[in-house]
Amino acid sequence: MIFLENFRIAFAALRANLMRSILTTLGIICGVAAVIAVVSVVQGLQYMITSQLQGVGSTFIIVQARQNFSQPGMVTKQVKLTWEDGQAIQQHVRNVAMITPQVIGIQEIKHGDRQHRTYLFGVNSDWPDVNDFAVEHGRFFTQLDLDRRNKVAVVGTTVIEELDLEEPIGSEIYVGKTPVTIVGVMEEKGRSLGFDSDDLVFIPFETALGVFGRRAGDQVELRLQATDGESVDQVKDDITRLLRDRHRLEEEAPDDFNVLVQDELLDVYTQILGMVTAVIGAVVGIALLVGGIGIMNIMLVSVTERTREIGIRKSVGARRTDILVQFLIEAVALSLVGGVIGLLLGWGFGALVTALIPFDFPPAYVPLWAIGLSFGFCTLVGVGFGIYPASKAAALDPIEALRYE
Amino acid sequence: MDADLSSPLIELRGIRKTYVMGSQLVHALDGVDLDIGRGEYVAIMGASGSGKSTLMNLLGCLDTPTEGHYSLNGVQVEELNDEELARIRNREIGFVFQTFNLLSRTTALRNVELPLIYRGMPRRERLERARATLERVGLGDRVDHQPNELSGGQRQRVAIARALVTDPSLVLADEPTGNLDSATSVEIMELFDALHEQGNTVLLVTHEPDIAEHAERRIVLRDGQVLRDERNGEAA
Ligand SMILES: Nc1ncnc2c1ncn2[C@@H]1O[C@H](COP(=O)(O)OP(=O)(O)O)[C@@H](O)[C@H]1O
Ligand SMILES: [Mg+2]
Repeated sequence: MIFLENFRIAFAALRANLMRSILTTLGIICGVAAVIAVVSVVQGLQYMITSQLQGVGSTFIIVQARQNFSQPGMVTKQVKLTWEDGQAIQQHVRNVAMITPQVIGIQEIKHGDRQHRTYLFGVNSDWPDVNDFAVEHGRFFTQLDLDRRNKVAVVGTTVIEELDLEEPIGSEIYVGKTPVTIVGVMEEKGRSLGFDSDDLVFIPFETALGVFGRRAGDQVELRLQATDGESVDQVKDDITRLLRDRHRLEEEAPDDFNVLVQDELLDVYTQILGMVTAVIGAVVGIALLVGGIGIMNIMLVSVTERTREIGIRKSVGARRTDILVQFLIEAVALSLVGGVIGLLLGWGFGALVTALIPFDFPPAYVPLWAIGLSFGFCTLVGVGFGIYPASKAAALDPIEALRYE
Repeated sequence: MDADLSSPLIELRGIRKTYVMGSQLVHALDGVDLDIGRGEYVAIMGASGSGKSTLMNLLGCLDTPTEGHYSLNGVQVEELNDEELARIRNREIGFVFQTFNLLSRTTALRNVELPLIYRGMPRRERLERARATLERVGLGDRVDHQPNELSGGQRQRVAIARALVTDPSLVLADEPTGNLDSATSVEIMELFDALHEQGNTVLLVTHEPDIAEHAERRIVLRDGQVLRDERNGEAA
């Protein structure tokens, strides 16, 4: 009863000083906005990481080029990781079950008057098996397609919808200026973390190089499967030796590539996640302090301004706890108002940032846990920093409070 | 309850209230003994600084004595803790101040409702009672007005309604007409007279002899002590 009444009182008090209330919660607003913006953008980052982990089995291995910035001379020199490297691995390293190159880009595709931007993958015929991502209808392209440089494509289900393909298999679509015929449709993987795993088109590696330009072939990613779990370390070591040799690295020079096996991928994932958590933590910490001090400050002012009101309430029978709860609720309400404003601002800012990032990034997405977390943290700040002013108010002597000018 | 009714409503024994002002002690009340019975109508008089307000605040449980015993309705007040004092203020006492002490930017109805909120009464019942009490003091048509939209006399009526809404056993008024012109004062005094006729115990502080005339008993303070305590109509 009194609890409900206190909400009414709190909001009346906040409304009476609207501008002051909003300015006071600036710390909270900035904090929550920053957290929400970071989280909504991080959702996109997470996609990149999880996409790397997709289809990962214990025998899955990725080889990527590495720019080594600690060595000044090497920055300018473009590190190359080519499909020739991949073919060398195929020939010389034992226990490699299959291997595929992979180049990815954002590409405009067209069918009739429909067009759509999608992820274009240039890969070879081993890709579905290496990545554990199967064809649902039709077929994936074969070694024969690759050898003959056939202009064929395999698409995800989202592409079919976007291009409005009634009979996808056999349809001709344009990838950039290159016409290709669809021979297969991938199984549906659904959305994960804001990214649509069905919004992609596969074309043969060589054809993709034609679309992206030949230089793309200097910077491929190699994905392979070892024959069994026991040989993963051997495969990794052999690849490392082979590539160092092919890249003519001096004895003491660091690798200019990474060979990532499942464990290391998970390490990368936890590392990035840890970094992001630290960033969010720092932002939350600063916001907590700034916002909390702002609230404490204005609540102290409010208690002083309303000394007489407190006296009046006490004179008609308000207990200490009644006054305490009244001002605590006011502090929490103040904090939550800041939280709501911060949420909206952060959401907008996240959307803006993801829209401005040049390469395609999944849209800003604020998960429910982030909203819950923000409001939880606002409540904590409200209580934490409101308790001192509120107990000051509660402890006032009725007569002295009534006499206060 | 019967035993309570036979004893006086208020019993004060050896009440002292001492303030420390720098190195000086100010005895606002200096040994006051008083009995006030149920249904009495008492005027408290005395020069400015004689301790009238201090006495009222103690009676209203807004303040505690430095020394002495105060029993209200058979309850030993000096033994009560903060929460119990709040409960007494809420249930037993209706206090009317010279300066009205209404919540600003709050309607008459909401002001009168206030004590009932702290009693934990449901909202509907609260508002009904507050409205009825405002009608009783002649402000049935001003329930939605805020204090700054009311005249001094009307504000004091709201304050009186707030004091009455809880059906207190004791109505205390510290110079209730002190800020009002004489015509308005007469109207306000009519309210107190009516309260008395309905059987309420009423204590009020006043400077003006003709206001004090309304009461049945007159207590005059000087320097924190009772100078005279007489029935009205007895020889001055
Ligand atoms: N809070 C206080 N601190 C110090 N002295 C006080 C305080 N309140 C009252 N007094 C002193 O106590 C005496 C009685 O005051 P009060 O009861 O207000 O008198 P009255 O209401 O009769 O004018 C005065 O001398 C006054 O100065
Ligand atoms: Mg006085």
